Amino acid sequence: MHKLLTDQPGQRMLMLGNEAIARGALEAGVAFAATYPGTPSSEISLNLFQVARETELYFEYSTNEKVALEVAAAAANSGVRAMCMMKHVGVNVAADALMTLAYVGTRAGLVIVSADDPFMFSSQNEQDNRYYGKLSGLPVLEPSSVAEAKEMVPYAFDLSEQLNEPVILRTTTRINHSTAVVDLGALKQPQPRGHFDKDPFNFVTVPAVSRQLHVRLLENIARAEALSTTSPYNFETGEGGWGIICNGVSYAYTVDAIRDLEIEDRTRVLRIGFSHPMPRNQLKAFLTACEKVLVVEEGEPYMEEAVKAIAQEEGLTLPIRGKADELFSRLYEFDPAMVRQVIAHFFGIQHDLPAVPDLSDVPEVPPRPPTLCAGCSHRATFYAVKKATEGLDVIHPSDIGCYTLGFLPPLSMGDFVICMGASTGSAGGFAQATDQKVVSFIGDSTFFHSGIPGLINAVFNRHNITLIILDNRTTAMTGHQPNPGVDMNELNLDGYGQIDIEPLVKALGVAHVTTIKPYNLKKSIAAIREAVQFEGVSVVIAKEKCTLYAKALKQLHGKAFQITTRCRNHRDCINDLGCPAFFLEGDQVHIDPDICTGCAVCAQVCPEHAITPLKAKP
Amino acid sequence: MKPMRLIIVAVGGQGNLLASKVLGEAALMADIPVRMSEIHGMAQRGGVVESALVFGDAQSTIISDGEADVLVGFEPSETLRALNKCSARTTVITNMAPLPPFTVAIGKGIYPDLENITALIEAKTHRLIAFDAAEQARAAGNIMSLNIVLLGALCRTELLPLKADTVREAIRTRTKQAFVEANLKAFDLGFQAAAD
Repeated sequence: MHKLLTDQPGQRMLMLGNEAIARGALEAGVAFAATYPGTPSSEISLNLFQVARETELYFEYSTNEKVALEVAAAAANSGVRAMCMMKHVGVNVAADALMTLAYVGTRAGLVIVSADDPFMFSSQNEQDNRYYGKLSGLPVLEPSSVAEAKEMVPYAFDLSEQLNEPVILRTTTRINHSTAVVDLGALKQPQPRGHFDKDPFNFVTVPAVSRQLHVRLLENIARAEALSTTSPYNFETGEGGWGIICNGVSYAYTVDAIRDLEIEDRTRVLRIGFSHPMPRNQLKAFLTACEKVLVVEEGEPYMEEAVKAIAQEEGLTLPIRGKADELFSRLYEFDPAMVRQVIAHFFGIQHDLPAVPDLSDVPEVPPRPPTLCAGCSHRATFYAVKKATEGLDVIHPSDIGCYTLGFLPPLSMGDFVICMGASTGSAGGFAQATDQKVVSFIGDSTFFHSGIPGLINAVFNRHNITLIILDNRTTAMTGHQPNPGVDMNELNLDGYGQIDIEPLVKALGVAHVTTIKPYNLKKSIAAIREAVQFEGVSVVIAKEKCTLYAKALKQLHGKAFQITTRCRNHRDCINDLGCPAFFLEGDQVHIDPDICTGCAVCAQVCPEHAITPLKAKP
Repeated sequence: MKPMRLIIVAVGGQGNLLASKVLGEAALMADIPVRMSEIHGMAQRGGVVESALVFGDAQSTIISDGEADVLVGFEPSETLRALNKCSARTTVITNMAPLPPFTVAIGKGIYPDLENITALIEAKTHRLIAFDAAEQARAAGNIMSLNIVLLGALCRTELLPLKADTVREAIRTRTKQAFVEANLKAFDLGFQAAAD
């Protein structure tokens, strides 16, 4: 039985934040869940995916976040409690659905988890998704701890049903990837079947209907504001004239700082856990009791702006500060010492920062940048593209996935990366606006997610591009989640379809389509050269299973290779491929047989043919 | 209870997250407040994994520069890299068997001299316990138990609010059954190594 299905209310369990959110959903009787994987949200889905095999919960990996939200919205409007989780930038993809879903609302509870990533541990930006609450009009809840994250999910479902609106649960990486002890509540039996009651004048958003629905949304925001003011998640502690308003993990750092600075007797704290709409009446009372107020929040000055606006409307003139050069930054994550230091500075308390030793004499420690794995087929494809386009001035738009790492030397394949799917759209723009050749890269899951419209655009507008689809048969970067191209039978899961990329691309009208086996360099280079020479849209599908995924499926049977005495130290293997299985001993290159997967790509690159298979692993 | 802050640094695949989990489970068993966080980014692809564990009365799950009471490093250059987390009060425990980054392995970076690493750490912290934990792990019968060897050494310092027997119990009940025997042996070897 899955750990999250432990039906022992009151039992204490150590959980990752994302496990706690999944457990909270099960305690809320979630019956329907849809997602597109993305760090730091991925473990919520992974756990629900596993739980779904043992319960009546329906779970799906949808093709992208917009589809996931649409699927979940339909379930919720059929009376089935639904949850939809994604990383912060995924909400951008889902935003079109989100904005009008707020007009339509929901019948059963619908909770949308937005996992934000301050500091961009694994993201392309650090946008603050609390603004999506303001933009859409939907309630936003923000936990400050792992235990609270679990408690908030059932509250979010109830709130959603009370307001008939979806509710956004906004986390940050430091909640998702922290671990703490949580108290288990009772599991709630999911109700997986619903019925959609037709009601076109509430569900079909033609202008005449939407004009009415926008009125209702504003009424709902007013109702939500009243609930925000009385919510147990917006609470006040302490007393005195120094005020601190904080949210999320900043609350934990604030509590620790107040204790360390010994200012409990002078400081009152308003913790905001229900941050859209902001609790106007509660804020007014708090501000009235304070001489000055510091707003402690990572990211944008979302609360600070709201608090200042309320103070202005109420005629309160006390100092309210937050983001400023000498106070808090809008950049990156906060940490306990930084929050303590700024609180001390703002309220004029003598405080010395911890004595960090002088590290000026410590030599630079060589970095450990993430690299493509040993045997990764992307390396082979990138090498083949490099050889096939030698001498040409080529732009390589790339996309979001493991292969983004190809931009690093020695491969240096990746010139423009902004968001999921942009490799196909931007390729057309580069081709049209320059005289440079364009060869772009996209992974299989990203292609299904949002690469297809860009490719159709290139066909329709007659752009001259080559798109390389790096089809490694899984969603590798986030932990091998299924995508529409995956053979689900290999995972012993039935009831799924499977989409083959080659006929799909042909059906889109691409005139030149080839599929290569990237480990065969000679054939791959020839096929890519032909595709690049083709005038118009050409697609090359580099099809080879991710080595880590193949290993997990026990399908990796390659024999390790060795470097023989024929080696003349050209070092093309190291300098052109940079596979992590290589290492130097003295002046001689070796291959670590425990790391080598036997892909044989280096053996094809070596000018002396000095790399040969080992007979057996030593 | 006064907070006790522990940082564990390792290279992806060295079992940092399991080590943290064992300590977290032991704390849960002993009813000691514990909060932890992890940064693993793209660790599966060769990066650094850092865990922070805060025992006692604190809400934070991360540890600021200069504020670690104990630093445990599973790899010597990673221990050195994490010195910014330490102060003159910090006890450092490190494995001395290097896992050179790929950049060094192919001759495009310089691995710091091991003696220099220990001299620098000794000069800047309260105490250093350095030994070849890989050798102890092999002696325990499984190189993958290196993480548990270091937990043994950590428990020997008695800096954690956890009894060694509680950690042993967590190893017995919370790690894979097939590895329990090797892990318990690894724990004891690490425990002894730190005593020398």
